[in-house]
Amino acid sequence: MTLRYGRGYASVNYPTGMNLGGDPSQALIHATTMGGFVVSLSSVDLGQGLKTVVAQCAAETLGMPMEQIIIDTADTDTGPHCMGTFASRGTHRVGNAVIMAAREAREVMLQVAADELEVDAGDLETDGSGYVLLKGSPATKIHISDIALAAHFKQGKSIAGRGMFLKERSYPVPETGEMDPDSCQAHACTVAEVEVDDETGVVTVLSLHNTYEIGRALNPAMATQQVEGGAWMGVSHAIFESTEPYYPLSRAHGPVDFSEYLMPGPAEIPVQTSVILERPASNGPFGAKGIGEMTANAPIPAIANAIFDACGVRLTTMPFTPESVLRGLDAL
Amino acid sequence: MARIDNEYFKDERESGFKVIGTPVQRSDALGHVTGRTEFFEDRNFSNLAHLKIHRSTRHHALIDDVDYSEALRVPGVLRVITYKDVPENWYGVLRLIGIGPDDEPVLAEDRVLYVGEPIVAVVATSEAAALEGASKVKVSYTELPAVLDVEEAMTPDAPVIKRAGTNYFVYEGHHARRIRFGDVDAGFAEADHIFEWRYSSAPIEHAPTETTGCIVVPQAGGRLLIHSNTQAAFFTLDNTALTLKRPFTDLQVKGGTVGGGFGGKVDVMVEPLACIAATLTNRPVKFVYTREEEMQVSSPRAAERIYIKDGVMNDGRIIARKIMLYVDAGAYARHSPYGATKAAAHMPGPYTIPNVYVDCHCVYTNRTPSSAMRGFGVTIADFAIESQMDQIARALDIDPLQFRLRNAYRDGDMKAHRKVASGTALIEVIQRAAALVGHELPPEYQAMSSTTPRGAGA
Repeated sequence: MTLRYGRGYASVNYPTGMNLGGDPSQALIHATTMGGFVVSLSSVDLGQGLKTVVAQCAAETLGMPMEQIIIDTADTDTGPHCMGTFASRGTHRVGNAVIMAAREAREVMLQVAADELEVDAGDLETDGSGYVLLKGSPATKIHISDIALAAHFKQGKSIAGRGMFLKERSYPVPETGEMDPDSCQAHACTVAEVEVDDETGVVTVLSLHNTYEIGRALNPAMATQQVEGGAWMGVSHAIFESTEPYYPLSRAHGPVDFSEYLMPGPAEIPVQTSVILERPASNGPFGAKGIGEMTANAPIPAIANAIFDACGVRLTTMPFTPESVLRGLDAL
Repeated sequence: MARIDNEYFKDERESGFKVIGTPVQRSDALGHVTGRTEFFEDRNFSNLAHLKIHRSTRHHALIDDVDYSEALRVPGVLRVITYKDVPENWYGVLRLIGIGPDDEPVLAEDRVLYVGEPIVAVVATSEAAALEGASKVKVSYTELPAVLDVEEAMTPDAPVIKRAGTNYFVYEGHHARRIRFGDVDAGFAEADHIFEWRYSSAPIEHAPTETTGCIVVPQAGGRLLIHSNTQAAFFTLDNTALTLKRPFTDLQVKGGTVGGGFGGKVDVMVEPLACIAATLTNRPVKFVYTREEEMQVSSPRAAERIYIKDGVMNDGRIIARKIMLYVDAGAYARHSPYGATKAAAHMPGPYTIPNVYVDCHCVYTNRTPSSAMRGFGVTIADFAIESQMDQIARALDIDPLQFRLRNAYRDGDMKAHRKVASGTALIEVIQRAAALVGHELPPEYQAMSSTTPRGAGA
């Protein structure tokens, strides 16, 4: 038995948003009596952290602390239309809609504050702590709670805003495929290091070195979660998962539970180093591009290429099972 | 945590944010780790009924007879639902945005096209009774020849399984979504080397922690409240209303917290039947996939087969690329025609190639309908393209990263689908990855930039 070491490379790009566009998302924001901001959406959090990142977009745009922001999502009676959470579109579409709604709400908020402080709204700024204050004269200030109270009980105003992001649908030219299929492209390069046991055919992914260009990491901790979780899923695709061991002949042996459907457990998680680059997208919320799907993709071919580097077996069918490695070694 | 390398694209990065760019703790983390987050199944209702399905045991067959009399005799069974109870039985998930055809029945009528296709729904006062009822349904079949292979399904003598008359989706008169850019034959004629390989994949399951499901609760005023783990609340609402032939305002979808989706929860598979069952029984009805159903009958990622032929010059420039891609859509379209178009748009990868010819076929077979999954239309293509890149680099004895850098797309390049590339960063991620692992690149490769037009400088 020999453990053979190999290194493989792959680089990819990935489109943000539904291919061909036409996938709108809306957001509504309104302030409560005491200056909480409710962001109403019909978008869904799949575990990727959408609620948190759009709250950040709202807080940044309003100039208010995160604690002021409440996300009310996925009730079709109260939320405005959203196409859905897929296609690496959540942060991009919903983030943009939230920013637009928050800008509108901020304008009203500053006007109410201006009337209370008897200054010009254009001379006001927010400090991120909950206060609206006069530029250059920060002692003249008013807290969002007092602004909201004044709006609702005195001035008779609703501090609210509407946001809508829509990239118009593109229709491909049938003959040539000419089309506009994306809002922006994210990028990744993976270097995979593997060990191949030439007696058992077992591939162990030792490490993944990933570089991701994602426009802007709105929340670096959650971006890390996304890219490293996605890379793990790539490992799973590459060397574990298949619903049909005997595809395409039979499905009689298809898995029915997690003891038969193989996925990597804690012992199979490779060491990961990840570096994020940021090239802001002109149409992204604070420059963010969609990264949800891309992160699983580059590890797969990088692992295939590393297996070849290790033992000279070119695997062209996913997943790269021990059987396929051994058959490949026999054929050499 | 991943490092953010601020050295790249410095002049394009705005600074001075207060909240953006900070590692704010995710708002639902505490609820998730303490088990307090409420998922749709955590809601309890008195009188809750359960819905289970009797499914096809044949790949392709005519249904001669359905006998559910024994199912009705199972204690606790409230109702058996057949296609006759479904107001608009034929649907397509993309009909909202005008992509047809509506080619899939909610419940099978006179034929089945795959093992696992739903034929009869049984509603009962307990999950066990619903399961037992579903197991008592007897279906008589006349078997028909099945086609289980994508390329076999494209041959003239393959059994035609679709009512539309072809085993493939027709894109505006074409058998495939096509890309035509430059003159690929001239490119191959000019090339110093021709490389051609085949790649393929098996279908895989999304494997969410929480299986697909919903609870539908009839409201006092006659509306239906749908607690769902859908990935797309309005998509589910609109498609369900169309199937029910009810006003859209009759339905309310509540969701928002999903235990994993990865594309598997956008097909609108459970809500319409649960709504019909709730209406017919006037009870809250729960329809949730078992783990076995999630793995065996929920849409997998499509198996694909991809042929790539490249024409390459001695200096490593790819000057022609021809791709034939076959997506195994399984028995029904769902999102697969869209996925094949997305695949076409992704070709020929993040590389600038002057002559490109792509046919992406969306092929119907008697297999489980595939549909959206993370990286839809792109993941398998990336596997194929990047394996191809490695094979060519080795054949020409070119460093694998240098080979990619020579062909990497840059700002201003025309993509094969005729959109000018902008905001590209392939060169930089490759350079940074090389640095990360100590893979040395010669100075001219280190000096490359996505923002420098091709031919200028490097």
